[in-house]
Amino acid sequence: MTDTLIPFDDVLKDFDPALGLEVHVELNTATKMFCGCPTEFGAEPNSQVCPTCLGLPGAMPVVNGKAVESAMRIGLALNCTIAEWCRFARKNYFYPDMPKNFQTSQYDEPIAFEGYLDVDVDGETFRVEIERAHMEEDTGKTTHIGGATGRIHGADHSLVDYNRAGIPLIEIVTKPITGTGAKAPLVAKAYVAALRELILALGVSDARMEQGSMRCDVNLSLAPAGSGVLGTRTETKNVNSLRSVERAVRFEMGRHAGVLLGGGKVLQETRHFHEDTGSTSPGREKSDAEDYRYFPEPDLVPIAPSREWVEQLRTTLPEPPAERRARLQADWGFSDLEMRDAAASGALSLIEETVAAGAPPQAARKWWLSELARRANDLGVDLTDVGVTPAQVAEVQKLVDAGTVNDKLARQVFEGLYAGEGSPAEIVAARGLAVVSDDGALSAAVDAAIAANPDVADKIRDGKVAAAGALIGAVMKEMRGQADAGRVRELILEKLS
Amino acid sequence: MPEITRDEVAHLADLARIDLDDAELDHLAPQLNVILESVASIQGVAGDDVPPTSHPLPLTNVFRDDVVRPCLTPEQALAAAPEVEEQRFSVPRILGDEQ
Amino acid sequence: MSDLIRRTAAELADALAAGEVTSVELTQAHLDRIAAVDTGDKGVHAFLHVDAEGALVQAQASDERRAAGAASHALDGVPIAVKDVLTTAGLPTTCGSKILEGWIPPYDATVVGRLKAAGLPILGKTNMDEFAMGSSTEHSAYGPTRNPWDLDRIPGGSGGGSAAAVAAFEAPLALGTDTGGSIRQPGAVTGTVGVKPTYGSVSRYGLVALANSLDQVGPVTRTVLDSALLHELIGGHDPLDSTSTTAPVTGLVDAARQGAAGDLAGLKVGVIKELAGDGWQPGVMQRFQESVDLLTKLGADVVEVSTPSFVHAMAAYYLILPAEASSNLAKFDAMRYGLRVTPDGSPSAEDVMKATRDAGFGDEVKRRIILGTYALSSGYYDAYYGQAQKIRTLIIEDFNRAYADVDVLVSPTAPTTAFKLGEKLDDPIAMYLNDLATIPANLAGVPGISVPSGLAPEDGLPVGFQILAPVLEDARLYRVGAALESALVQQWGGPLTPEEVAR
Repeated sequence: MTDTLIPFDDVLKDFDPALGLEVHVELNTATKMFCGCPTEFGAEPNSQVCPTCLGLPGAMPVVNGKAVESAMRIGLALNCTIAEWCRFARKNYFYPDMPKNFQTSQYDEPIAFEGYLDVDVDGETFRVEIERAHMEEDTGKTTHIGGATGRIHGADHSLVDYNRAGIPLIEIVTKPITGTGAKAPLVAKAYVAALRELILALGVSDARMEQGSMRCDVNLSLAPAGSGVLGTRTETKNVNSLRSVERAVRFEMGRHAGVLLGGGKVLQETRHFHEDTGSTSPGREKSDAEDYRYFPEPDLVPIAPSREWVEQLRTTLPEPPAERRARLQADWGFSDLEMRDAAASGALSLIEETVAAGAPPQAARKWWLSELARRANDLGVDLTDVGVTPAQVAEVQKLVDAGTVNDKLARQVFEGLYAGEGSPAEIVAARGLAVVSDDGALSAAVDAAIAANPDVADKIRDGKVAAAGALIGAVMKEMRGQADAGRVRELILEKLS
Repeated sequence: MPEITRDEVAHLADLARIDLDDAELDHLAPQLNVILESVASIQGVAGDDVPPTSHPLPLTNVFRDDVVRPCLTPEQALAAAPEVEEQRFSVPRILGDEQ
Repeated sequence: MSDLIRRTAAELADALAAGEVTSVELTQAHLDRIAAVDTGDKGVHAFLHVDAEGALVQAQASDERRAAGAASHALDGVPIAVKDVLTTAGLPTTCGSKILEGWIPPYDATVVGRLKAAGLPILGKTNMDEFAMGSSTEHSAYGPTRNPWDLDRIPGGSGGGSAAAVAAFEAPLALGTDTGGSIRQPGAVTGTVGVKPTYGSVSRYGLVALANSLDQVGPVTRTVLDSALLHELIGGHDPLDSTSTTAPVTGLVDAARQGAAGDLAGLKVGVIKELAGDGWQPGVMQRFQESVDLLTKLGADVVEVSTPSFVHAMAAYYLILPAEASSNLAKFDAMRYGLRVTPDGSPSAEDVMKATRDAGFGDEVKRRIILGTYALSSGYYDAYYGQAQKIRTLIIEDFNRAYADVDVLVSPTAPTTAFKLGEKLDDPIAMYLNDLATIPANLAGVPGISVPSGLAPEDGLPVGFQILAPVLEDARLYRVGAALESALVQQWGGPLTPEEVAR
C-alpha cells in the first residue's frame, strides 16, 4: 500500500499541525544508572555487565547519584520544577534486550516537570513547553542474524549484547506544540537542535545522534484548521538526525492529510522513519494492548532532593541559550542573519569551539556553513557528524592565515580529513599542497614566463600593470596552483620595472 | 466483585508469558476466583485519607558514587546462557518491533 | 549419633576456641548426619545440594586460622546450611524451581559473603517451596522436606529445609528468608528458633526476591543465643542494598544472655487479641497461654492489645506479594540462564519464553504470577494493589499504637501444629491461613521471633511462640525470647528434641 501524500503547502490550507517530541539522552556518567559497570561505547560484547545490569536472580539496583544530579540540571536548564519527592517504577513488558523483563523508569513521578525551552526559527521565537524530564535505563543491543536485510523481520535468530543495558537515560517530553503552522518541521528541528546545544553546554551527554546517545521520537497530529482541537497522533520512532526530524514531520503531515482528505482515519500507532527515502512505515501491531503494569520499584527508595541541593545545582547551570546567543553574537561580530543561520544549522557550539582553538570567528563560520555544511548535506548527516573536529578546522585556518595554503587548497585539506589521512599539516605534506613561496623556484618560473611571453612583458614594462595577470596565470599553471599569487605578482613587477 | 473468566485468565497468562494449556486454565480459573473472593474484603477498607505504603521504612536519597566497580568477565556473564554466538546471548527470532 | 551434632552453635564455638574439637571434625560429623538421615524414601530431604568437599576445605582453612591464633569470628569453623534462595558463587542455586535447575551463580549474596569471611563452612543448600511460595515446602520442584518430628508431616515453609536441617541435627545453624513467615512458621512446627529481623537490617543483595518490600534474611537455630550470634554476623549496612538500614546491628547477643537470667521486671507485653480464637488449635492456644503466664511469673506486665487492621493483613499480603513476585519472576525467560524449552517448528523468542515458563514453573508459582499480573493490570491497580498498600499503612499505625503502650507483642506463631503432607496441597486458602499470625510483621517491617513453647497435648507436635518488637528493636526479641526459653527448658528438664529420626 502506498501512502497518498498531500503537498506541504496544501496541508496547511486545511489543517493545523500539533507536534510532540520525546527525546532520550544517554548520560555520560562513568557508570550505569543502577550499578558500577562502565558505560564506554564500543567495548567488546558483554564485557561491561554485572549481576545487576544482567538481571541475574538476587541482584539489586543502587541509584547513581551523579545521574540524578545530571537529570536535575537538565530539568533546571529547561526551567522545570524539580520534584520534592519522586520514585522509580517498574514498567513491565517482555523483550529479550531487557534483562529483567521490566524497565526501571519513572512513571507518574518524574524528577523534573513543567518547564519550557524557547527556540528561534527565522527570527521568530516559539516557546516549547516541557511536560517532564524523567530518568530511566537503556536496554541491551540486539543484532539480527539471517534474513535479507539484517532487520528484525525475517531474521533467523538474534544476538544480544547487554553492555548498553542500564546506561542512564533522561527522557524529555514536550507538551503538544501547536500554532507553528508551516514552520512545524523547522520548529521540531530547531527544538531538537536547541535541546542538543543545551545538553552539550551542560556537559551531561555527548548527545551524538548517530551513535544513539541522543534519540528522538516525533509525535504528530493534524486538526482541522482553526478547530483548536488535537487530532489522532502517530509516534515516529528513532528519528536520529536533526535533518531527519524535519523530514519526518514534513512526511507525516503530508501522509496524515492524505488519509484525512481521503475520508480515512489516522491510526494511533508507532511508525518507523526510513533515512533513505525520508518516509515512515507502520510498526507491528501489538497483541497485548499495552498494559505495562507499572508499580513503584520496591528495591529503591524515594528521591527527595533538598531545596539546598536544587539551588546549589542551579548555580552550576550554563547561561541560558538566548543570553548565550546574544553574547556570542557580540563577541563574534556576526550580523543577525549570520547568527540565525549559524544557530539554525546547529553550528554555534562548533563555531565556539573552533574560535576557542584559535580561528577568527568569520573564518570559523565560513568553514562550518559552507564547505562542511555541503559535506553534511551530501552525507545526509548533521554537522557534528561530518568527521571533522573544530580543532581541525582551526588548524586548517591557521595554515590559510600563514599563507601555507589558500582557500582552494584548504578544501583539498578537508578532503584529506574526510579520508582520514592524518592532521591538516600531515595532509598538506603528504599531498604536496603547500603554496610555494620559495623565491628560487618562483623566480625561475617567473623568468620562464617572461621569456615565453615577450609581448606581455613589454606591456608591463610600459606601465600596463594590469597585464601582469596573464603572467601570474602562466606561473600558477606552471606551479600547479601551489604558488602564493601575491608573491608571484611582486616578483614579476620587480623584474620588469 | 468481578469474577475472572477463563478468557481473562488466558489473557493474563499471555501477558505473563506462560503457555497454559486447557487443563491448566480449567484448574486455575476457579482457584483464582476463590483467592480473589478472599482478598476482596479489603476493598473500601481504607479511604482517600490513608496514604499507601510502598516501603516499610521511610528511607530516602540512597545514592551510589559514580565510580566504576569490577564487572563480570564475558565468560562469567555467558556461562549459563542456553546458547552463545560471537560472545553474545543467542535468542530465537524476535517478534515485534525494534525497541 | 555423635555428641557433637547435639551441641548448640555457641557450645561448638567454645569447644573450637578451647581446642577441644576441630572444625573438620564437627563439619564431618554434620556431613555424616546428613548422609544418614537426609536421603532415601523416608529421608528428611532438608538439602537440595550438599557440598561436602567445599565444606571440608573451608573447615580445614578454619582450623589453620585457629592454629595460627587468627580466627575470624567466634563462629569461625561452625558449619551452616543456607536456604537455596540465596546466591552462592560456584554452588547451585535453584530456589526450589526447575526453571533454575543447574544454575550456578557467579556471585555470592552479601550474607553468604559474610559467612565465608567469618569462616563458617557451608554444608549445602536447603530445600524450600518454589521461589519461597508456600508454607509446607511441598511446592519444591525437587520433592518435599519431611518434619523430623513426624516424617509424614510438613516442616513448614517456605524454609522447611533450613528448619528441618537444624531440628534433625544436620546443621547447628541455618539461614532462612521470611516474606510472610517463612522462617518463623517452620521454626514453630519443627520446634526450632527462627528470627525475622527488622526489614532492611540484613542485606537482601543476592536473595532471589519473592516480594522485595517484605523479604528479609534471618537466622534458623535451635537456641535463642545461637540466633543472636548469627544475626549479629549477617546484619548491618550493605551499600549494594538500597533498602539497607545504616544502624549497626549489635547488642543482640548481650540481650540474649541478659534475658536468659530470667528477669523481665518492668517489661510490658501485649497479647494480640486478633490472633486467637476459632480456627486456632486448642493445644496451640494452651501452650501459648502457659508461656504468657510464664512471662508474668518472670516479672512482665501482660495486657491484651487490639490491632483491628490485622484482619485485613492476609488479603493485603496476597495482593502485594503476587504483584511484586509477578514482576520479579519475569526475568526467568530462557534467554540468559536457566531452563530453555524450545517448542517444535520455528518458534519465536516469545514462544520459547511461554513454553519454558509453563514447563519450568510449578502450579503455585503460576497461580501467584497470574494473580499478581491481574492485581497490577490497569483498571484493577487502585482496587487491589493500591488498596493493599493502604492497608499496609493501617497495619503500621496499629503497630505504632500498640507499641506506645507495650514493649513487645506476642501471639502463637502458627494456628496449628504441623499438618500431614498433601493435606492442603491443592487448597491455596487453607495453606495461606498458616501465615495469619506472621504476615503483619512483614507488612510493617517489624522484627519477630518464634521460640518453641512445648508440644501440643493432642498430637505431641511442637508449638511456636511469636514475639514481635518495634522496628530496629530486635534486641527485645532476644531478651524476651531467651527468658522464655530458659524458663521453659528448666521446666522441661532440657530442650525438647525429636525422637531419633526414623529410617
